[in-house]
Amino acid sequence: MERPVAVAEHAVSVAEPEAKKRRKPFSLSRAASYLQALPLWLVLGFFLLLPILLLLVVSFWDYDFSGLYPDFLTLNYEDVLGSWVTWKTYLNTLKFAAIVWAITLFVGFWIAYFLAFHVRKATTQTVLFLICTVPFLTSNIIRMISWIPVLGRNGLVNSTLIQLGIIPQPIEWLLYSDFAVVLAMVHLYTLFMVTPIFNTLMRIDRSLIEAARDAGASAFQVLWTVILPLAKPGMAIGTIFVVTLVMADFSTVQVMSGGQSASVALMMKNQMSLLQYPAAAANAVVLLAIVLLMVGGILRIVDIRKEL
Amino acid sequence: MSKAAEIELASVTKRYGSAVAVDAISLRIPAGTYCCLLGPSGCGKTSTLRMIAGHEDVSDGDILLGNTMITQLPPARRGTSMMFQSYALFPHLDLIDNVAFSLRMKGVERTERRNKALEMLKLMQMDGYASRRPAQLSGGQQQRVALARALITDPEALLLDEPLSALDPFLKIRMRAELKKLQTQLGITFVHVTHSQEEAMALADLIVIMNDGRIEQAATPREVFETPATAFVARFMGDHNVVSGRGAGSADGLALLDVPNGGKFAATGTAPGDGAPIDIAVRTDRVRLRPSDTKGLGFTGTISNIEYRGASVKLSVDGAGIEDFTAIVDERSFFEKPASVGEAVPVSWDAGDAIVLGRLAT
Repeated sequence: MERPVAVAEHAVSVAEPEAKKRRKPFSLSRAASYLQALPLWLVLGFFLLLPILLLLVVSFWDYDFSGLYPDFLTLNYEDVLGSWVTWKTYLNTLKFAAIVWAITLFVGFWIAYFLAFHVRKATTQTVLFLICTVPFLTSNIIRMISWIPVLGRNGLVNSTLIQLGIIPQPIEWLLYSDFAVVLAMVHLYTLFMVTPIFNTLMRIDRSLIEAARDAGASAFQVLWTVILPLAKPGMAIGTIFVVTLVMADFSTVQVMSGGQSASVALMMKNQMSLLQYPAAAANAVVLLAIVLLMVGGILRIVDIRKEL
Repeated sequence: MSKAAEIELASVTKRYGSAVAVDAISLRIPAGTYCCLLGPSGCGKTSTLRMIAGHEDVSDGDILLGNTMITQLPPARRGTSMMFQSYALFPHLDLIDNVAFSLRMKGVERTERRNKALEMLKLMQMDGYASRRPAQLSGGQQQRVALARALITDPEALLLDEPLSALDPFLKIRMRAELKKLQTQLGITFVHVTHSQEEAMALADLIVIMNDGRIEQAATPREVFETPATAFVARFMGDHNVVSGRGAGSADGLALLDVPNGGKFAATGTAPGDGAPIDIAVRTDRVRLRPSDTKGLGFTGTISNIEYRGASVKLSVDGAGIEDFTAIVDERSFFEKPASVGEAVPVSWDAGDAIVLGRLAT
């Protein structure tokens, strides 16, 4: 009685991939599927591949104050990589990325955890989640600018603290500082962390938590050994969002630091306003390479395929 | 390994808001018994199991394991272990870490717990897959790992929530035999929730049939089969025809009843007062296709359906105020004198095959 079962199971598992491998013999239907994919190809080609290609080409061009000259120079890259200012700017941007990432991950995880495990009713869950997205109903700039009356020298925070007698004079570093930049970025980007983590947490089979409790796990052990490992893919996706957004940010850094802090994108913007397009392009290529490396690193550590 | 413990439920109640899921049930499961909680969905069997496991608070009443009151204890300190319906194996851990999970929670050192887990996997013949992830296993293999994980805590009672429902019918029968073997080998108490009568009959030493949050009958499979306690049990197990009517006194030691707009029947047992509602059960496999010698132990009806089942033939007969009366007759005697749908046939049975059913107090 044992053998036929084993054979039957084996046969089933073998038959499936073979069925998938089989090619469609009909060439017209193959052409049709290419045709169906064509619009997407065109969109991606025109709006993604072509611009990147142009960026790459222009980054090797020559320029002066009045024009661009097609050429093949590595000078732009030498300028980017050889300048101490660029390195400092990159480090500063990476610093923002690291701090903002750590804070959004922490805050985002707990918000998602609360929504997924402590809010029982599905409607409450949806309502609370929608509330999380309310800030996104206004533009980035408005959300940023609205911090100014809060954090300013005579803003809400400072005047409240002074009136309560907690501090004798206004705190200077609240606005136009790295603190303000990080605060605004956390405010802008936390939702990008909450959403994917919430998604993964909702997919965790609740009986796994019961099984862990059955095996004697404390609340902390359940979190550490079951929930956190299973939330990793969501954390990775959120990390990719936040890191790429922070690395490419220029408006937040400019507005919230009052021009006192620099970021790579801000540097590029300045170069472009001086019509140094090839220099900006070289910078963009370097930034793109760094961000791609970071994303590649994240994908190596965490397998996010299950989530897609 | 054998340290089975008796489980005792003392008027245990579970309420969800105002809805009563389990209604003051009392039950004793002797040590080392294979007990099946059987019933339709929503009957409270899973709630009962989860209360024993400690995953559901008890609204009222007490649960004892051995001599310990476990009503308020957390799941891991009860001496029970639960196997979940979908096995609930941790998808991010390999089999060894899955099985060793509870030891890790207790702080057992890594090599020691891995060795113990491997031993457990060996017992389940799964040691060859030790470094695989649960998703790479078939349903039957996952079940073995779930068993290994549940048993590594050395429990006094193993609680299984519909353990076979995720398997295909063929594997179901094989894994069921494995479960039974394992229980005999370990000697610990198994409490197994199922909605399949066949599964419960095959496995259990003690079948507990539940309906509407109450226990209809708790007895050995044979007792449940031969003398169902209530009309619900008789219908649910499906081996009896239930005939309902009003009491009409007794004669020759048999209780008599009148079926509304139908015949008069007799059954073994005590009769209720005249006119009181009464249910009797008639074994489907003891019904013969011939006129009865005694009054009240048969009727004549028309065949409404015939099902050929190989060794037997199942007939549905309508008549004497009874609809869908099932007669299972053996194949040879049926084909000696075949009948067809629409034909009138006499059916009859012995006095001992018709019994008066009890009713739960309301």
